[in-house]
Amino acid sequence: MTREAMEYDVVIVGAGPAGLTTAIKLKQLDPNLNVCILEKGSEVGAHILSGNVFETKALDELIPNWKNEGAPIKTKVSKEKFLFLGKNSSLSWPTWLLPSVQKNHKNYIISLANLCRWLAEQAEKLGVEIFPGFPASEVLLNDDGSVKGVATLEMGLDKEGNKKDTYQEGMELHAKVTVFSEGCRGHLGKQLIKKFNLDEGKNPQQYGIGLKEIWEVSEQQHQEGLVMHTAGWPLDSKTYGGSFIYHAENRQIYLGYVIGLDYQNPYLSPFDEFQRFKTHPSIRKMFEGGKRISFGARALIEGGIQSLPKMYMPGALLIGCDAGTLNMPKIKGSHTAMKSGIIAAESIIENIKNKADLSVYEKKFKESWAYKELYAARNVKPSFSWGLILGIIFTGIDQILFRGKLPFTLKHKHADHEALRPANQMPKIEYPKPDGKLTFDKTSSVYLTGTNHTENQPVHLRLKDPNLPINYTLKQYDEPAQRYCPVGVYEIQKEKFVINSQNCIHCKTCDIKEPSQNITWVAPEGGGGPKYGNM
Amino acid sequence: MKILVAVKRVIDYNVQIRVKEDGSGVHTDNVKMSTNPPDDNAVEESVKLKESGKVKEIVAISIGEDKAQESIRKALAVGADKGIHVKSDSYVEPLGIAKILKKIVDKEKPDMVFLGKQAIDDDCNQTGQMLAAMLNWPQATFSSKVNLKDKSIEIVREIDEGLETIEVNLPAVVSCDLRLNKPRFASLPNIMKAKKKPMEQLIAKDMGVDLANRIEQIKVEEPPKRKAGIKVASVAELVSKLKNEAKVI
Repeated sequence: MTREAMEYDVVIVGAGPAGLTTAIKLKQLDPNLNVCILEKGSEVGAHILSGNVFETKALDELIPNWKNEGAPIKTKVSKEKFLFLGKNSSLSWPTWLLPSVQKNHKNYIISLANLCRWLAEQAEKLGVEIFPGFPASEVLLNDDGSVKGVATLEMGLDKEGNKKDTYQEGMELHAKVTVFSEGCRGHLGKQLIKKFNLDEGKNPQQYGIGLKEIWEVSEQQHQEGLVMHTAGWPLDSKTYGGSFIYHAENRQIYLGYVIGLDYQNPYLSPFDEFQRFKTHPSIRKMFEGGKRISFGARALIEGGIQSLPKMYMPGALLIGCDAGTLNMPKIKGSHTAMKSGIIAAESIIENIKNKADLSVYEKKFKESWAYKELYAARNVKPSFSWGLILGIIFTGIDQILFRGKLPFTLKHKHADHEALRPANQMPKIEYPKPDGKLTFDKTSSVYLTGTNHTENQPVHLRLKDPNLPINYTLKQYDEPAQRYCPVGVYEIQKEKFVINSQNCIHCKTCDIKEPSQNITWVAPEGGGGPKYGNM
Repeated sequence: MKILVAVKRVIDYNVQIRVKEDGSGVHTDNVKMSTNPPDDNAVEESVKLKESGKVKEIVAISIGEDKAQESIRKALAVGADKGIHVKSDSYVEPLGIAKILKKIVDKEKPDMVFLGKQAIDDDCNQTGQMLAAMLNWPQATFSSKVNLKDKSIEIVREIDEGLETIEVNLPAVVSCDLRLNKPRFASLPNIMKAKKKPMEQLIAKDMGVDLANRIEQIKVEEPPKRKAGIKVASVAELVSKLKNEAKVI
């Protein structure tokens, strides 16, 4: 099979903050480079979901005059709150007692999707070619084993893999350096980590699932610039997670919930925990009478430097959360992702011009402020494996007294998919029925994401063993895919395991949490998936 | 033979529409936009006709803000030869669109104007018909099959009674139905080539046509929410409810 091929200097996979930053920086350093970005979403931003309280540090370095260039970064954080929730009570934690990493007064409440759209405009002005609707589906290798580039997915196959009338062959994109910036649990990044043994000697990666809704509320309920976080109820003390409530512009509130995917109870449903959370008396009053206008979910990286793989390999780099640069205690990853993009661009220039080895990228990253930040943050997440109370006490000591300089590094002992306990050892959880006003079911939620996949195409959620869900996972864990998937892709119907892949919002949770790693997420036909607006 | 194909940029059909609170319209900020689906069919059919050798040139036109060029580029990427963007930052009613299209037809002199049967945003289904009237050309609307001949075009259209086959003389205005064909994907190399194809830019208000809107939009509101259904215990109860509560029998 000979596919058409196009030659570039640099091919970037994924138009998120990291990939777009790399492209912009490359063209700033050398306008003559040929740079293209492949993006699986139908447009830039369509698959971007984030809190987001944005630290501008990396953007200040990339585009210092972003304010005058019309960047969609407007709402400065004006007030902060932290609440511990009991079932019916709440305790406000004084902000001066928060570690400095959780202080946000210099930051902005933004929509990361909108920021990416703006970054894409800046990149295109510099001559970067961006191709939305074209997922990279395959890594191409040179004879010497180095990365040659990627191939886009062929389009127009039916369920069985036969060619339809609209069939179109995939296309090869060859590059001097290929940059993978697919975000958390990128499906090519995952293959590369395995192929090049990039995680050798590292702790297993840790993940979380973040769910987000955008609400429009009354003026009385809205305080533009307010940033609030909660911990505690409805999660038990062994489950890592909490909420964010950000008051953005236009009477909108970005409301979200993050749960560590190392949870143990297979009956836990992150989606339903999020819905239940809204019924807490302190939270309910913030949204009652308002209108939910958006919904979405996406997995995120929580492992920090202990789990950060080697970020380079022959011919290619892993950047942003495709490697895992999120700062968990800070609950921020956009600025470190962008910084990794800046460094990647600088390293690529050295590689192309001076034949410097790509390892210069990791060396530079380790010398950067981004790595220092991640180093200081490294012990927070693992300490919560001791439970919420001990985690908080330790974090206080580690972050406030020692500022992350304790002379030891805690380890992540297990991968998330190993954390589940058998169903018969864990309590069932009864979630309240949604009321359709404050709390919702999965069906009405996925509707808000605008998700669609062309009908009659191969299922993009692949089972290694198609019988395993019924023969093993159902018996042992009561098939948790029914619950960890936030949009109900997986169902057990009459003892059959059904995959409603057309609903998939590309969050990657199943690929991470399936206890036997039996589910593999691959890219569906271009343009499929959610169509997020200002997420 | 030359075809003028008109495409409109609308909110993507997968996006859930949100009505503005003040009832002045619907939210379009940061909303995914795409080419109106039946317009894609019109483009596809034009390209097929070109591939069959019957058509020499395809000109794609869109009227609207700068981003309307995206829809033109998409048409160019699947096979149109040239684009015309008529810029207008304010809403233009079908009558105004038809007038602009007429101006373009007078200049470009196509043998056929191809367009979607209606746009999925305002569902007007008027532009093609008005344009045909102004040009004094025959019109063939809702085509789900076309057969282009030397001096005429035969189309099949769905009507209440079934399928109707008509033949009109060229030049003609032809509007098409979603069943006409399956639009192809644009390939990466063709998307790149499309960036280099010519695109003429015109300003709507400088075209010497009266674009004043004739229709006053009073209010946009969401359709009423459907109430949850109930279960009845017996046929008798159902009949009684239909009779006394719903008052439909």
